[in-house]
Amino acid sequence: MLNNILIAITITLMYSAPLTLAAIGGVISERSGITNIGIEGMMSIGALTGAAVGYFTQNPWFGLICAGIAGGLLALLHAVASISCRADQTVSGLAINLIGPGLAMFLSRYFFSGATMTLPVPVKLPKVVDPIYFQNTPFSSLSIDASVVIALIVVIVTSFVLYQTKWGLRIRAMGEHPAAVDTLGVSVYKSRYTCVIISGILAGLGGGTVTLAIISQFTPTAISGQGFIALAAVIFGKWRPIGAYLACLLFGFSQALVILLGGGSIQIPSTLLAMIPYILTIAVLILFVGRSSAPKAAGVPYKKGER
Amino acid sequence: MEINKDYAVQMRGISKFFGNFQALDSVDLDVKKGETHAILGENGAGKSTLMNILYGLYGADGGTIYLNGEPVYIKNPSVAISYGIGMVHQHFMLVEKFTVLQNIILGNETTDKFGIINMRKARKKVIEIIKRYGMNVDLKKKIRNISVGMQQKVEILKALYRGAEILILDEPTAVLTPQEVDELLEIIENLKKDGKTVIIITHKLKEIKKSSKECTIIRKGKFVDCVNVKDESEQSLAEKMVGHKVKLLVDKEKATPGDVVFEIKDLNVKSHRGVDVIKNLSMSLKKGEIYGLAGVDGNGQKELMEALICRLYVESGKILINGKEIQNTSTRNVLDSKISIIHEDRHRYGCILGMSVADNAILEKYREKPFNANGFLNYDERDKYTEKLIEKYDVRPSKCKYTKIRNLSGGNQQKLVIGREIENDPDLLIAIQPTRGLDVGAIEYVHKVLIDLRDKGKAILLISLELDEILDLSDRIGVIYDGSIVGEFDQKEANEQNVGLLMAGGKNNDEEHI
Repeated sequence: MLNNILIAITITLMYSAPLTLAAIGGVISERSGITNIGIEGMMSIGALTGAAVGYFTQNPWFGLICAGIAGGLLALLHAVASISCRADQTVSGLAINLIGPGLAMFLSRYFFSGATMTLPVPVKLPKVVDPIYFQNTPFSSLSIDASVVIALIVVIVTSFVLYQTKWGLRIRAMGEHPAAVDTLGVSVYKSRYTCVIISGILAGLGGGTVTLAIISQFTPTAISGQGFIALAAVIFGKWRPIGAYLACLLFGFSQALVILLGGGSIQIPSTLLAMIPYILTIAVLILFVGRSSAPKAAGVPYKKGER
Repeated sequence: MEINKDYAVQMRGISKFFGNFQALDSVDLDVKKGETHAILGENGAGKSTLMNILYGLYGADGGTIYLNGEPVYIKNPSVAISYGIGMVHQHFMLVEKFTVLQNIILGNETTDKFGIINMRKARKKVIEIIKRYGMNVDLKKKIRNISVGMQQKVEILKALYRGAEILILDEPTAVLTPQEVDELLEIIENLKKDGKTVIIITHKLKEIKKSSKECTIIRKGKFVDCVNVKDESEQSLAEKMVGHKVKLLVDKEKATPGDVVFEIKDLNVKSHRGVDVIKNLSMSLKKGEIYGLAGVDGNGQKELMEALICRLYVESGKILINGKEIQNTSTRNVLDSKISIIHEDRHRYGCILGMSVADNAILEKYREKPFNANGFLNYDERDKYTEKLIEKYDVRPSKCKYTKIRNLSGGNQQKLVIGREIENDPDLLIAIQPTRGLDVGAIEYVHKVLIDLRDKGKAILLISLELDEILDLSDRIGVIYDGSIVGEFDQKEANEQNVGLLMAGGKNNDEEHI
C-alpha cells in the first residue's frame, strides 16, 4: 500500500512538472492580456531542442536552457503577430501549434539521419530524491526529479511577482484594462512582449523536462496534448499560479492512475486507461470554463490611441 | 497672445489628422495658471483630441505646446505626467477588479526593494491627499462596487497622487447626478485654491457658467474664440459653439393625454446573472404624452428594456400594450404589437454598420409586402422607401441609399433609425438616449420629431441619463432607482433638485468613509 502511494506521488509530481511550467507560462501571458493557445507548439519545440542539445552536448542542463530559448523564440513569433500586427490571437496560437511539432519533426529528421525520434540523451536531469538512497527502506519507490523542484520554484516566484510587486500589479491591470495602464505611462506593448516571451520560455522548459527528465528522447508523441492540458489547468486554476499548480497536480495524478490501474489486478485495456487525463481535461473544461473569471482584455488586440 | 510664464498651458497652431480627416486645424489655447478654463465644442469638434495631444496620447501633426512659457515636447503620457499634467478621461481608465488604492498607485507604485509594493506607505500618501481636498473615498473597495461619481474621484486622485498641477477633465459631468456635479464643482474649487490649474472639456453650458472663468470655443477642429465667461450668456456661448442661431429651450404645447395605452404592473425581473434587478416596478403611459424615465445608469433601465423585448424572463408581473399582455412572448411579437424602439447604442442594436442605408431602412420590414415578393427581396421597393425616409427625415448626404451606414455621421445614422421606427406608426415609441453623441442641431431635430409624434396622439417613453433632456421634453417624469419607480412628477413640479435627489436614492452618496 505504502509502495503504491509513493509510486503515485512520484508519478504525479513527475508528470505535473512539465504541465506546471507550461501552465504558469499560460497564466503569465493571459494575465497580461494575450491568449496563448500555442503552448502545445512551444512545448514540442522545447522537447526536441532539449533532447537534441542534451544528446549532442551530453549536458541535460544545457539542453534544458536551450529548450527554454527555443520556446521563447516561437513565442516571439506569437508576440509579433498578436501584439504588433494585432492578429487574431487564436489563429496565431493555432499557427504556432502547427509550426511547433512540424518544425520539431523536421529538425529531428535533419539531425538524426531521417529519424522522427532523437537518440536517447546520455545523461538525464538529476533527481533530488533518488531511490538509490532508500534502498531496502520502505521509501525505495519514492523519486523526485529536479524538474519538480524547478516547477515549484517557478510557481512561488510567479505568484509572488504577480501579487506583491509593481510589475505584477501592472501585468494584472493590463489584462483587464490595457488603456488604463497605457494612460499612466506604462508601455503595454513592451510588457506584453515580455510576458508572452516568458510564457514561451516556460512552455519550452516544460517540453524540455518531458524529454530530459521523464522519457530520455524526443519522439513524435512526446508532446501529445500536454500543452492543451496546461491550458485547461490555467482555466481550472482561475488564472492564478497556485490554482494552476493544483490543477496540474490533479492532471498529474490522473496520469499516475493510468499507470497504477494498468498494473493492478483488474484487467483494463491500456488504451482506455490512457484516455483518463484527456477525459478529465474535457470534464474540467465543460464544468469550469463558463464560470471562471478570465482576464477581461485577454484575446483583444490593443491599439494605442484607438479612436 | 504672448508666450508668457503666467500661463500654465499655451498651445499654438495645433493640427492633427486622422487619415484624411483633419480633426484639428491650427488651434490655439491659453490657460492661465491657477484658473479653471473650459473648452467648449460640439461632439466631434476636436476638444478631446486637443487634450489628448496635451496629455501625450496623440502626437500633433503641427504646432507647439508651451508649459509655463517654455516649449515642451510631450511624446507620451509619462512625459506629460512628469510635467505635472493629469487627465481624467471621459471613459474612466479604471481596472474594475482592483481596489481603489491599487488603481491610484498603478504605474507609480510606492515600493520597497525589488519592486515589492508597500501598501501601507502608499495608503498613507493617498489619505493625505484625500484629506487635503476633502474627498470622501473608501480605498479598500473594489472599483466595480462604487458609484460612478466615486470612480471619478478616484480618477482625480490618480492624477493628484502623481503630483498633477494641471488637471484635464474630459466631459466630467456627463455621467453624474446633479448632486454629484455640485460635489465635483466643490472639489474643483478646492483644487483651484491650492493653486492647481483645471481644464474642463464640456458641451454643457450651465456648468461652464458655474465653474470657469475663461472659455475657449472650438468648432469643427478650428479655434473660434476665447471668451470671458461672465460676459457671455448661455445663448451666446451656444451660438458660438454651433455657428448659427439655436433654440436652447424645447418648444412645445401642453400635452393632452388620452387613454392608457401601455402599462407595466408589478414587474419583477432577474438579470442574466440571476440578480433581482427590477423590483415591483409599475408605470403607465397615456396616448399623447411623453414619459421621461430618469435615473443613474445601472439602476435597471437596461434590464427593463430587455424584459420588454423578451430578452430577459419576467419572473412576475405584466406588461400590457393596448390591453394585451406581451411579457415572455417574443421580440417579434413585441414589435408587431405597435411598439417601436430607438435603441441606446445604435452601433450594437439600431443598425448593422456593414450594410447599406437601404438595407438598414427595411431591417424590420423585409418580410412584409412590398419588400418581400414571394420570398425574394424587391429592391425597387426598398430603394423607393429608403429615398422617402432620407427625404422626410433629412438624412444627409441625400444620395446615400447605397452607402454603408457606417460612413454616415452619428446624427444622420440616428435620423435614419428614428425615421424607420416612426414610419412603423407605433402606438408606443421607446426612445433610449435618443440624442446621445449628437450635436446641437441634430438634437434640436430629434426633439422636434418626438414632440410631433406626441402631438399625433402617440405615447413616448423616453429613457435618458441626461436629466436636462428629460426635464425639457417630458410631460411626466418617473425616477428609477434600484429597479423601482421611486417617484413620479408632473413636468411643472419637477426640477433638477427634487428629481436628482431621488435619482441618488433619496440620500447623498456620502455614507462611505475612509
